[in-house]
Amino acid sequence: MDSHKQNAHLLHVQDVETELLLEAIFRVYGYDFRNYNRAHIKRRIVQRQNQMGLDSISAFQHLLLRDKEVMKQVLKDLSINVTEMFRDPPFYESMRKEVVPVLKTYPYIKTWHAGCSTGEEVYSFAILLKEEGLDKRTQIYATDFNPAALEVARKGIYPISRMKEYTANYQKSGGTQSFSDYFIAKYDAAILDQSLRHNIVFAEHNLVTDSVFAEVNLIICRNVLIYFDKQLQNKVLQMFSESLTKNGYLGLGSKESLMFSAVKDEFEVVDAEQKIYRKKIQSAG
Amino acid sequence: MFGPGLDKIKAVVIGTSAGGLRALKCIIEKLPAQFDIPILIVQHLSPQSGSFLPNYLGQFTHLQVKEAEPNEPILNGYVYIAPANYHLLVEKDKKLSLTVDEKVNFSRPSIDLLFESAAEAFLDQLLAILLTGANNDGAKGIIRIHQLGGTTIAQHPESAEVKTMPQSAIETGNIDWVLHLNEISVFLSQMAEKKS
Ligand SMILES: C[S@@+](CC[C@H](N)C(=O)[O-])C[C@H]1O[C@@H](n2cnc3c(N)ncnc32)[C@H](O)[C@@H]1O
Repeated sequence: MDSHKQNAHLLHVQDVETELLLEAIFRVYGYDFRNYNRAHIKRRIVQRQNQMGLDSISAFQHLLLRDKEVMKQVLKDLSINVTEMFRDPPFYESMRKEVVPVLKTYPYIKTWHAGCSTGEEVYSFAILLKEEGLDKRTQIYATDFNPAALEVARKGIYPISRMKEYTANYQKSGGTQSFSDYFIAKYDAAILDQSLRHNIVFAEHNLVTDSVFAEVNLIICRNVLIYFDKQLQNKVLQMFSESLTKNGYLGLGSKESLMFSAVKDEFEVVDAEQKIYRKKIQSAG
Repeated sequence: MFGPGLDKIKAVVIGTSAGGLRALKCIIEKLPAQFDIPILIVQHLSPQSGSFLPNYLGQFTHLQVKEAEPNEPILNGYVYIAPANYHLLVEKDKKLSLTVDEKVNFSRPSIDLLFESAAEAFLDQLLAILLTGANNDGAKGIIRIHQLGGTTIAQHPESAEVKTMPQSAIETGNIDWVLHLNEISVFLSQMAEKKS
């Protein structure tokens, strides 16, 4: 019994330390994780603390605040880069069916992939645009707050071992060509067709602390908002709404929804299942 | 028949993999309609299974069975299922969160992640049940739950379709009750009665 109480006390201390650590990271390094869902953040921090052989988050904080290299590591730990090409094929299928025909009527198109991680999603979309004949008139902005992920994204080189899965995804997503045309295999690497990159700009951008940088026709932000609490989700969605042209599209991850958000009335549903929305011409606010 | 202290339970977490469908059905269909403690379930499923599990289990109970959504508050009368290919976690404020982090124990959703986070949110007000399964996901979670005063049940390995999962949990020495499926149903019903 007493040991439960003691463990609960230590847990409480750990929770307070986590809060202080996030505050300190924000004040010292400018990265704001204070409104990320805490259970996940705390697990990552404790994991790193243990790996470094430290016996408390406070001890970890001491090092982290003094050593920028440790912060780089923590940024990697807290930025979950898990991604894949043509993740959720029906999303891409719906994009082709519902969104692309409208984009085709525009002379010039700008799109924004927010939280693009290591680039797989961006290249998937670039392939889709190419097959639809839109690549020549599209400017793609691809942003993430993790410079290490962006570096991988810029190269466009991925493990060959994943190409089988990506080929299957591609086919299910409504791809019209042969997926193997889009990369060349070299040892363990699949090097993506460099021409896919010509209209993509990769740039560092923090959704929490940076602001709108362009007016765009389509924003794709998948599997990023699930890490945020309600308040932060609303703030970021508000920024997306600002950044979209009237009638612009927003595509979210399969478990993310506008339904319960503050910007709900500014959008109409294009595909409820695939979480594709369109900004109304006359927005409520 | 079952020990004191159970009237304080505020949430039930259940983990299972191979053979879990049948076991979950057995437990869910015997729950009283007014069972007023929320249940959170991780069942290992293929990423393609969509919303099969909530639909399937929903047939056997009057409780509301639904797929867990991010930032959703945990309510009485509900059974929440972790969506395939997402980890399900419980926040301190008793809301649900989902992540696409790497697999843990080759699994996403991972039972350990649900159990550990639920333990930290509910402390000694948590009941955890580990059912049939082919790996040892959940065993670490069981340890954490015990450390914080929660109550733990493993399905009797003899009655489990695949015994590895309950067996691994029992071997940690942190299981309070080893029960057959029908006993687990009785346990839950009695617990809910005592509470009301
Ligand atoms: C799980 S990945 C999603 C990748 C891709 N969109 C997909 O769905 O496959 C989440 C990405 O969001 C990025 N991220 C998290 N917080 C961010 C922030 N505040 N600003 C910009 N990017 C962020 C992470 O670095 C990570 O690359």
